[in-house]
Amino acid sequence: MVEQSPVTGVPVLEMSGIRKVFPGVVALDGVDLRLQPGEVHALMGENGAGKSTLIKVLTGVYDIDGGQIRLAGQDVHFSGPLPAQQAGISTVYQEVNLCANLSVAENILLGREPRQFGRIRWGQTRRRARELLQRLDLDLDVSAPLGAYSLAIQQMVAIARAVDIDAKVLILDEPTSSLDASEVAQLFAVIRRLKAQGVAIVFVSHFLDQVYEIADRMTVLRNGRLVGEYRTAELPQMELVAKMIGKDLATLEDLEQQPRETTARIERGEALVQAEDLGRKGGIEPFGLSIHPGEIVGLAGLLGSGRTELARLLFGADRADEGRLKVDGKAVTLRSPRAAMNRGIAFSSENRRTEGIVGDLSVRENIILALQASRGWMRPISRRRADELVGKYVKALDIRPADPDRRVRDLSGGNQQKVLLARWLITEPRLFIVDEPTRGIDVGAKAEIQRLVAELADGGMAVLFVSAELEEVLRLSHKIEILRDRRLVEELENTEAVDADRIMQTIAGGQSPS
Amino acid sequence: MSKNLLSHRLFWPFAVLVLLLVLNIFFSNNFFRITVHDGHLVGTLIDIARRSAPLILVGVGMTLVIATGGIDLSVGSVMAVSGALACLLIGDLSDPHSVAGVLGAVLLALLLCLVLGVWNGFLVSVIGIQPIVATLILMVAGRGLAQLITDGQILNVSSDPYRVIGAGYFLALPVSVLIAAAVVLIASLLTGRTALGLLLQAVGGSPAASRLAGIQARGLTWLVYVIAAVCAGIAGLIYSSNVASADSNAAGNLIELDAILAVVIGGTALTGGRFSLSGTVLGAVLIQTLNVTTVSMGIPVEATLLFKAIVVVVLCLSQSPAFRERVFSRRKPALTKEAAA
Amino acid sequence: MTETKGDPDIDLGAQPSSNTGRTRSLNRRHVPVLATLSLLAFMYGLGVINYEGFDHPQVVLNVFVDNAFLLVVAVGMTFVILTGGIDLSVGAVVALTTTLAATLLEAGWPAGVVLPLALLLGTGLGLSMGAVIHYFKVEPFIATLAGMFLARGLALLIDRNSIPITNEFWVSVAQQRIRFDRGVFISSSVILALVVVLIAAIVLTWTRFGRCVYAIGGNADSALLMGLPVARTRIAVYGISGFCASLGGVIYSFYTLSGYSLHGNGLELDAIAAVVIGGVLLAGGSGYLFGTVLGVLVLGLIQTIITFEGTLSSWWTRIVVGALLFAFIVLQRVVTGVSAVRSGP
Repeated sequence: MVEQSPVTGVPVLEMSGIRKVFPGVVALDGVDLRLQPGEVHALMGENGAGKSTLIKVLTGVYDIDGGQIRLAGQDVHFSGPLPAQQAGISTVYQEVNLCANLSVAENILLGREPRQFGRIRWGQTRRRARELLQRLDLDLDVSAPLGAYSLAIQQMVAIARAVDIDAKVLILDEPTSSLDASEVAQLFAVIRRLKAQGVAIVFVSHFLDQVYEIADRMTVLRNGRLVGEYRTAELPQMELVAKMIGKDLATLEDLEQQPRETTARIERGEALVQAEDLGRKGGIEPFGLSIHPGEIVGLAGLLGSGRTELARLLFGADRADEGRLKVDGKAVTLRSPRAAMNRGIAFSSENRRTEGIVGDLSVRENIILALQASRGWMRPISRRRADELVGKYVKALDIRPADPDRRVRDLSGGNQQKVLLARWLITEPRLFIVDEPTRGIDVGAKAEIQRLVAELADGGMAVLFVSAELEEVLRLSHKIEILRDRRLVEELENTEAVDADRIMQTIAGGQSPS
Repeated sequence: MSKNLLSHRLFWPFAVLVLLLVLNIFFSNNFFRITVHDGHLVGTLIDIARRSAPLILVGVGMTLVIATGGIDLSVGSVMAVSGALACLLIGDLSDPHSVAGVLGAVLLALLLCLVLGVWNGFLVSVIGIQPIVATLILMVAGRGLAQLITDGQILNVSSDPYRVIGAGYFLALPVSVLIAAAVVLIASLLTGRTALGLLLQAVGGSPAASRLAGIQARGLTWLVYVIAAVCAGIAGLIYSSNVASADSNAAGNLIELDAILAVVIGGTALTGGRFSLSGTVLGAVLIQTLNVTTVSMGIPVEATLLFKAIVVVVLCLSQSPAFRERVFSRRKPALTKEAAA
Repeated sequence: MTETKGDPDIDLGAQPSSNTGRTRSLNRRHVPVLATLSLLAFMYGLGVINYEGFDHPQVVLNVFVDNAFLLVVAVGMTFVILTGGIDLSVGAVVALTTTLAATLLEAGWPAGVVLPLALLLGTGLGLSMGAVIHYFKVEPFIATLAGMFLARGLALLIDRNSIPITNEFWVSVAQQRIRFDRGVFISSSVILALVVVLIAAIVLTWTRFGRCVYAIGGNADSALLMGLPVARTRIAVYGISGFCASLGGVIYSFYTLSGYSLHGNGLELDAIAAVVIGGVLLAGGSGYLFGTVLGVLVLGLIQTIITFEGTLSSWWTRIVVGALLFAFIVLQRVVTGVSAVRSGP
């Protein structure tokens, strides 16, 4: 069932029944998107919902396999990004796609500089750039190199470039993800100005509060399908999250609750790891958190809420720039992952392919890598010991194929994940941080990994379990930490009273009871 | 499984080598004949092995550097420096035929190379300069340093113990070949029996993943540049001993390019990661055989450059994912992932 | 671009404090060129103080006369390095050009045919290397290394020996002197080189193509998303470098009146060194052609000083050039790395 909000007037852009298929995957199926001139329209959805694909279709990067795109009532077809830009559809990406080494004026007008006899007229270029910036109420020194300005300003220069091409539609893809609060306010002022000038703006962001501040309407996608189109004012944040995650409120309340009798039995003596006001600028706001031996702490929150950033600070993968971290009650500074490993902390990254496995190496080599790294190259693990360890975990985790000489690259996602877990388990960590260990793997492997995590905690290991799936977090955790907009907003004991509904309220923000 | 892959990877270079050797039968009668002369093995094959020794040595060091995703352009200059210092010191000896004196000179020369390697490693791993740029400095300045040592002259030395390194025989085999074999053996043991090989491949294969696995790359990176410089130093000694002089311009001229080529032919990707020392040895022998073959076929030695150009192009294109995608564009599993993301 | 992330000293745009950010970074961009300029002045002063006759204008002019070919080659190299690439083939292309020209002239071909043919060959080789680099994503280092083998191999194949050039046109150009007051003069090649420098400077500063070169060096992915003709530009810079190398070869053959397959050995290193000492960032995107000219002059002046000194031997050139390379690479690292260091790892 697809809901629609009433629309008045002719849409500047109308996409209907968009279908896009990649080999083996239907990325978009029957998706509609309607944009009115002078509105801010949020495009919402979790990871893999199809937002990026839809944007790439709209900007001409991908060709569609079905459906229609109408621009100002005319059927259009874009063969590439350039024709789309010329038709008035401009995009500003998350990472500012400009050249920091060139001047502000050049960045705005590169490729469109006013010329005379093929010679760029610099005076006129600068004047034109200044005019365009004034349209956004910005007064910059246009001959300064772009790199001299803050990211927020660079973002706005990118917008100035985008609107110069007489943009009818401006797509802002995660524009605020690296900005602080005052920079966001400045960006929103620019967005409102453009809106007043009649530009239709597509706003993609993981920050719900920002979406509710700036967007007039929103289109929600899930798993490549259209969930609906809503007026922001008429859709409570709570319901939006339910639609993004794909659970009705009722279903969420009915979610089968695992017995959590273990919770009560956790005896919390001295904390193994304790963070006090630990934080990193642009990563996560200062937070406090304690993890005890044998405890599973779940981290819940939407994508981009700061889950991974928090986990990386505890492992020294990023360096904290404020606050303190105590391990076994002693204050420590984690300068590198190695420092964390020396204190018994392990971390398996959510980016399995780029930050986890070394694809060219064998299963055996990948499994012993962390242990070997901590021993240094001069004290190799003997072949017999390696075979023993690898054999044990290949068997215990049921890694298939059970051939330690196979290249990890050739294994399935679930088995690669198990190899990663094995890599850390043989180091016998005291705190195991697992970031999204079950993402993108099949159901069977998922259940096995969940069971493993529970067993590890029973054996006395502390686990920080990071997952986008609430069910998983609820089922496994003793304690749940909830994050929103790069802040740790709430800590809950996982008792009978806690359910997905309760957590979701906090994730969505605003109306948290208690 | 991995053995199959290994042999597969080296199949083409190996086939080319065999083809070259077979070709030689038609052009030179005594190609495969190895005779004993004065208690030494003599023959074209032995000659190829002797000529390959410096390249093998430089190639071993280069392989380790490339495994970490780096490159070392300065090896040729380091060769010149090592030969120059050794010859200078031996020339200053009261008795140039004293074994102890020559040994001291050789060790000092290698020590200087070690220092040069420390310099390269420092620029790359501590200051963080791109390897190409960092080693370019020593590539330019190194030959000047060598000329400074020899005062711009070609230093001739007549020292029997020194001569042994490059032109001597031990148990009927050329000493230079034995040295190269020993270094290859040590390098294989060092990378295979310790965890050095594993960690280097991890660092080159995925810097981000290896950092999160707790590998501290700085020391490893530094180490490989030192190893590369010492290997080049030994090669420089062999070269200079063989010609009984130090020629700062000719020693190791363009050998960095040959060494890189040998590494690439040997199946080690320039982007780093998995490496194969045996592949590099094969590559080095192939290059020398090629040089010998062109001579025996009556083709001017210069044409080998053309052939090398073709080999580089073919090998690099076959390693380029973009090329493979363009040529065999049917299968594109990569797109599936993109769509899911 | 991440370098500037979170640079705490630079305020948001509209505030006047952004001006301080501007002056500082503008200075920062000029630091390498200013350093080269001061170095040049210092070296010249050193020469004038220490050596008799060093202040004669002809000394400076001879630096131009002796390095005209290097100047032209370095101009091409500047284009390539500004895009973040490198061209190792230039020395070999110089050799190929001189050998080809000498051989054809010896065979009686008219200069009017040989000259364009030689230039075309270099340009074509450059363009094909550019195509391989761009379309097949082969590293510039490797692709141009293959080009180097190819060009040098072809040159050796044509002729292994040095071939004298006796062609009338060649000889007359080679002997042409433009004389000024006080009996000082420059060769016509210097004029040619300066014209190349001038055209290149105009192209880099005043045309869309030139700005696209800088944009690619700054961030090639961004340039593509900004709708710039990245493919065309990247292939063209290698074409330009090939053209400049072959023109450098022609000038070199004027200079030596010979063609030899071993000409220009190691010339690529001199050209790269000149560009780097001139303050062009090896990572691309920053630097000026004026800097390259200064870099060539520095190299030339080092040689002049060593000649004047007499007791200093020629290998000092290499050591000094190496030391300068080191100094300028570290300087670049400091200049570009400041904000990155400040914002943490």
